[in-house]
Amino acid sequence: MTQEMETLEEFAGQKYKYGFVSDIESEFAPKGLSEDVIRFISAKKDEPDWMLDWRLAAYKRWQAMREPDWAKLHYPRVDFDDLYYYAAPKSDKTSPKSLDEVDPELLETYKKLGIPLSEQEILAGVEPKNRVAVDAVFDSVSVVTTFKETLEEAGVIFCPISEAISKYPELVQKYLGTVVPVTDNFYATLNSAVFSDGSFVYIPEGVRCPMELSTYFRINASNTGQFERTLIIADKNSYVSYLEGCTAPQRDENQLHAAVVELVALEGAEIKYSTVQNWYPGDETGKGGIYNFVTKRGDCRGDHSKISWTQVETGSAITWKYPSCILRGENSQGEFYSIAITNNYQQADTGTKMIHLGKNTKSRIISKGISAGHSQNTYRGLVRMHSKADGARNFTQCDSLLMGSDCGAHTVPYIESRNRSAMIEHEATTSKISEDQLFYCLSRGIDAEEAVALIVNGFCKDVLQQLPMEFAVEAQKLVGISLEGSVG
Amino acid sequence: MLEIEDLHVSVQDKNILKGLSLTVPAGEVHAIMGPNGAGKSTTSYTLAGREGYEVTSGAIRFKGEDFVDLPPEERAAKGMFLAFQSPIEIPGVTSMNFLKTAVNAQARSRGEKEPTAVEFLKMLREAAKKLNVTEDMLRRPLNVGFSGGEKKRNEVLQMTLLKPSLAVLDETDSGLDIDALRLVAEGVNALRCPERSFLVITHYQRLLDYIEPDVVHILAGGRIVKSGDKTLARQLEDQGYDAVIGQAA
Repeated sequence: MTQEMETLEEFAGQKYKYGFVSDIESEFAPKGLSEDVIRFISAKKDEPDWMLDWRLAAYKRWQAMREPDWAKLHYPRVDFDDLYYYAAPKSDKTSPKSLDEVDPELLETYKKLGIPLSEQEILAGVEPKNRVAVDAVFDSVSVVTTFKETLEEAGVIFCPISEAISKYPELVQKYLGTVVPVTDNFYATLNSAVFSDGSFVYIPEGVRCPMELSTYFRINASNTGQFERTLIIADKNSYVSYLEGCTAPQRDENQLHAAVVELVALEGAEIKYSTVQNWYPGDETGKGGIYNFVTKRGDCRGDHSKISWTQVETGSAITWKYPSCILRGENSQGEFYSIAITNNYQQADTGTKMIHLGKNTKSRIISKGISAGHSQNTYRGLVRMHSKADGARNFTQCDSLLMGSDCGAHTVPYIESRNRSAMIEHEATTSKISEDQLFYCLSRGIDAEEAVALIVNGFCKDVLQQLPMEFAVEAQKLVGISLEGSVG
Repeated sequence: MLEIEDLHVSVQDKNILKGLSLTVPAGEVHAIMGPNGAGKSTTSYTLAGREGYEVTSGAIRFKGEDFVDLPPEERAAKGMFLAFQSPIEIPGVTSMNFLKTAVNAQARSRGEKEPTAVEFLKMLREAAKKLNVTEDMLRRPLNVGFSGGEKKRNEVLQMTLLKPSLAVLDETDSGLDIDALRLVAEGVNALRCPERSFLVITHYQRLLDYIEPDVVHILAGGRIVKSGDKTLARQLEDQGYDAVIGQAA
């Protein structure tokens, strides 16, 4: 091992920057899962009967399901009876009308995270058109929703899903569970039974959403599974860009997260969904960290529609996540841009599914996996061309970067084509940061830490440039931070 | 500026430099010539502080300061620059971004203010123009797909912006045609000044037609065997290494 490499290893001691616990009292449902707990959750949210029935049906189904084990992930089985399925900040009963009414403890938490609440942008005199609307999800219940008025003027609905269930039941009933069915998979079914909150977005026909929509998810209460549910509907010829970013406080016990995100793009509509995920990944020895089992799927339901997923995954001890596109409409397009960074003992099994059903559908997959330390990083992707998908095309590029010799990078592409006219391209590379590259940077006065960040950001460039500006800067920093002390 | 005293360097337990001594005063251009295997590249990597080039004895002093234990990035910040024989490719990182990162890192290291984006761009564009480095080249990933000439011009561009006190040119002429060589040499000559020294390491005399040295040293068997003025380079070219070194020994 060279000295440069050793210097790099010194940074390995870097502690998770956002490791702290906020002591807002939580109101828990009893531990474990039962019909009573589901009734408790539903009652807490004053849900209509149809919602409760939906949850109960999901629960019944879930009881007969088994946890999937096909991913290249190793972790102790989760004891689902030892989790809390509902926790809310105490202040949720009296919904705050403004930031002044928000628990100062909560605001302090956001401050530590460096979250730019929209109110702060107003104080700073930011142009209204540049503002980011934030529907802040804190421990399962949305407590701050801003910029509603601007959005309302455009006819855009952006609210907590619990609110949508009571205010827009027809929309919710029409679309909920139509992309990710209740029966889809173990985690999605669990989510359907117990989902706590999440965002609901509806963009009316012909409307270009006037701002980027953003939600910050944060896990706070110990041992509380987080079950976010997000539903975004882009009506005909509309456009929306949605940003999701997460950090979580340091914990010793593993925390389960099983979110479901459903996107529906009708004719000519476009949805761009970007994620920066930075949950607590566990410590240097692999202790603690979030278990992240997410089901994200978009349905290009109408002709000429487009759904684009961009993700930067740097956190979580376990990541199981395959944001996918069903390309149903003719000439519809699906995109998946991914950066997955694993360090220490993190494990990620992530990728996408592009299901081509319609004629002349196109998909593009760019995946950049970076593994360091003792981590395992797997790209798993499916490209399926159905028999009616005449002229369908896919391009896939999977690049892996290895840092050190104790980590692993794996690429598992599944390709199924039932149409002779379909074209599928797959490219894959595996590389290492060379000593030459590192020394070249050092010789120009760039220290090892910055050099690694520079080189890896270069490696990820194709994906980073897909992110909206405000996320791109944050993501670039995150890439550097995540890899500090990782070359060996 | 630079004093090397009885320097012994081993690479992978093999002794390469065996008692190299050399003094380069401020403002002078010294050339080191030598046959293959003489220790030319080892000399340049050792000066830049590359890991794996172990100084077993002897001293390197730069502006009077002992340099042997200093990491490469600190040497760079103190004014040492190595122009690589084969500049390294860094995919996805534009030349411009790389340069800015380097200029800022060195400024920080010296406790100076980083130039603003506007100041930096102005400096960069001026320097690039003189070296015939196009805007397109600055926006392309560093050295990726660059021709030999483009890579070397890019090295001189970095040198121009980083303003080193000592620039070591490691076989900068290799892989260059005459036009490219002239352009690179002009770039180097433009940087010559009383506060800056150059150590030009080369196999051939050709480069020295364009970058005129004050002193020429011949490196063989890991040490300087002969020094002289620029006519020594010509003599080497005419008679060959064997004859001249044999004469010296």
